[in-house]
Amino acid sequence: MGRTLAEKVWDDHVVRRAEGEPDLLFIDLHLLHEVTSPQAFDGLRQAGRQVRRLDLTIATEDHNTPTLDIDKPIADPVSRAQLETLRKNCAEFGVRLHPLGDVEQGVVHVVGPQLGLTQPGTTVVCGDSHTSTHGAFGALAFGIGTSQVEHVLATQTLPLARPKTMAITVDGELPEDVTAKDLILAIIAKIGTGGGQGYILEYRGSAIEKLSMEARMTICNMSIEAGARAGMIAPDETTFAYIKDRAHAPQGADWDEAVAYWKTLRTDDDAVFDAEVYIDAAALAPFVTWGTNPGQGLPLSAHVPDPASYEDASERLAAEKALEYMGLSAGQRLRDIKVDTVFVGSCTNGRIEDLRSAAAVLDGRKVADGVRMLVVPGSVRVALQAVEEGLDKVFTAAGAEWRHAGCSMCLGMNPDQLAPGERSASTSNRNFEGRQGKGGRTHLVSPQVAAATAVIGRLSSPADIADVPTTAGV
Amino acid sequence: MEAFTTHTGRAVPLRRSNVDTDQIIPAHWLKKVTRDGFEDGLFEAWRKDADFVLNKPERQGATVLVAGPDFGTGSSREHAVWALQNYGFKAVVSSRFADIFRGNSLKNGLLTVVLEQSVVDQLWALTEADPGVEITVDLHERQVRAPGVTAGFELDENARWRLLNGLDDISITLKNEQDIAAYEASRPAHKPRTVQAA
Ligand code: SF4
Repeated sequence: MGRTLAEKVWDDHVVRRAEGEPDLLFIDLHLLHEVTSPQAFDGLRQAGRQVRRLDLTIATEDHNTPTLDIDKPIADPVSRAQLETLRKNCAEFGVRLHPLGDVEQGVVHVVGPQLGLTQPGTTVVCGDSHTSTHGAFGALAFGIGTSQVEHVLATQTLPLARPKTMAITVDGELPEDVTAKDLILAIIAKIGTGGGQGYILEYRGSAIEKLSMEARMTICNMSIEAGARAGMIAPDETTFAYIKDRAHAPQGADWDEAVAYWKTLRTDDDAVFDAEVYIDAAALAPFVTWGTNPGQGLPLSAHVPDPASYEDASERLAAEKALEYMGLSAGQRLRDIKVDTVFVGSCTNGRIEDLRSAAAVLDGRKVADGVRMLVVPGSVRVALQAVEEGLDKVFTAAGAEWRHAGCSMCLGMNPDQLAPGERSASTSNRNFEGRQGKGGRTHLVSPQVAAATAVIGRLSSPADIADVPTTAGV
Repeated sequence: MEAFTTHTGRAVPLRRSNVDTDQIIPAHWLKKVTRDGFEDGLFEAWRKDADFVLNKPERQGATVLVAGPDFGTGSSREHAVWALQNYGFKAVVSSRFADIFRGNSLKNGLLTVVLEQSVVDQLWALTEADPGVEITVDLHERQVRAPGVTAGFELDENARWRLLNGLDDISITLKNEQDIAAYEASRPAHKPRTVQAA
């Protein structure tokens, strides 16, 4: 019988398989950041162990890094301690680190692909749930806990039971104005935040094949919000073109050999998935969340749902609690929801294409009075590229704040936070209670919707601002 | 991880049930970046009370915690286990443990012993009457012994084997060193590297 993409990559990494035991999998790439690594290094130290494969390990600083005044000492003592600990650990064990201020610094899931380290058919792990991002390259990539981080540091392997596989097939043309972010929010709304539990998702179909690598990363990034272990997309010419000539791309004969292998990484025609879901791309529209989990989303043209309309008692209760927390009432038009803050950034939508599309909407327009807009590039490289293209000028001319790279308001571990009761339209991935600051209210949106929302001050799509005059090109 | 075969030590009677991990180690301790140095956070709130059993001079240096039922409930923080170990406890006795806490404790080499509440009562009475009384926890025999008390306990064979041999997950994986090395030797040259191999 044929095998799925996930099964092929899994099988290629089995170091040891024994009856009644989990498979021992080899890990090709281990990404580290400051939050989940300290106790892992401490464990190594206590046991007198070394990092087994320094050449497969890389660290960056992202969660705690400030986005302003990065040359000044970090004010928060806990943030500072975590960063200093990572620096000390990397120096002691010999791990390659890109600290704040370095040109390769950035959100860990932006940095890996950008360096060309994330490649098809590899296993990628990181002590971070959004490691699923790297699956966009046909890699098997998943988040792990701190004790597993230690395990990979010491052995470059992990004992794991193989998850089931689920195909998410998206056929047809995405309408204009509908982005990868809208698509993944619609998928999560359809299958639910637990729908992917126990599965590796494979996104496939003609609509997926047409997407750029950055759009594919946006989709795989949020697999975890559907409860999945990982998300993958089969590598193709788009993938190969993205990787070619990056710093860590294979060279010469290695490149040819790699591409030949990568081309085998497609689900066989006769392979069977454990579950299948179909989505019609043409039926999609710009999507926003109204609640406090990423599955609580609707097309922007819809109204805030009435909790009483849910048949399932726990969903009803969740909706009631969400509306209360979000300060919304049933039946309200989503387009009438006013925001205080707009955040463009994160490992979901902090790459150059995301900034370009937000800038295109904003170009020549102004951020509405009373709205603060933060643009935080996913990495220093993304920031440099944006500056080269003049995007930073577009943002600042519109009245947005152009910041330094990092996770920033995605989770508010640094000073970029919502105040209690403040409402944001955010291109990040989690709208949990308090995620962006205690009492903060988050609506997840695409970069285009974020930019249009900034202009109008209410949740809006680019179509809504067609009438707002622009001075661009004047 | 240190192997656990048999341990003899004085006890601390903790006459409380449902001791959750927030009591064992409060949340603000989780910001620490090491896995040692948690001893001062152990039962932090209760230790502010001079009469709390851990503060009694006769309990200093004790290594066996004898607790009430449902010990270790609440958040899954592994720090709770580290705090008990950092303080010096080698074994915890209770009639019932929360699952995740028990899993975490066995992973870290802290032996959690399940005994009937009647036996726990006996141990409490013994150590309260004479704080110098020593309790032996024998993993080979799967037995707890103290003057007048001999009680067997259950522990699944895999967990027992790992504790007796001091094997954590990493040591178990490293037993397959040959397989790992063979896999590494056969990895294709085109696979990415973060730095030049040494
Ligand atoms: S950008 Fe957000 S989701 Fe991504 S790694 Fe940082 S905190 Fe996590």
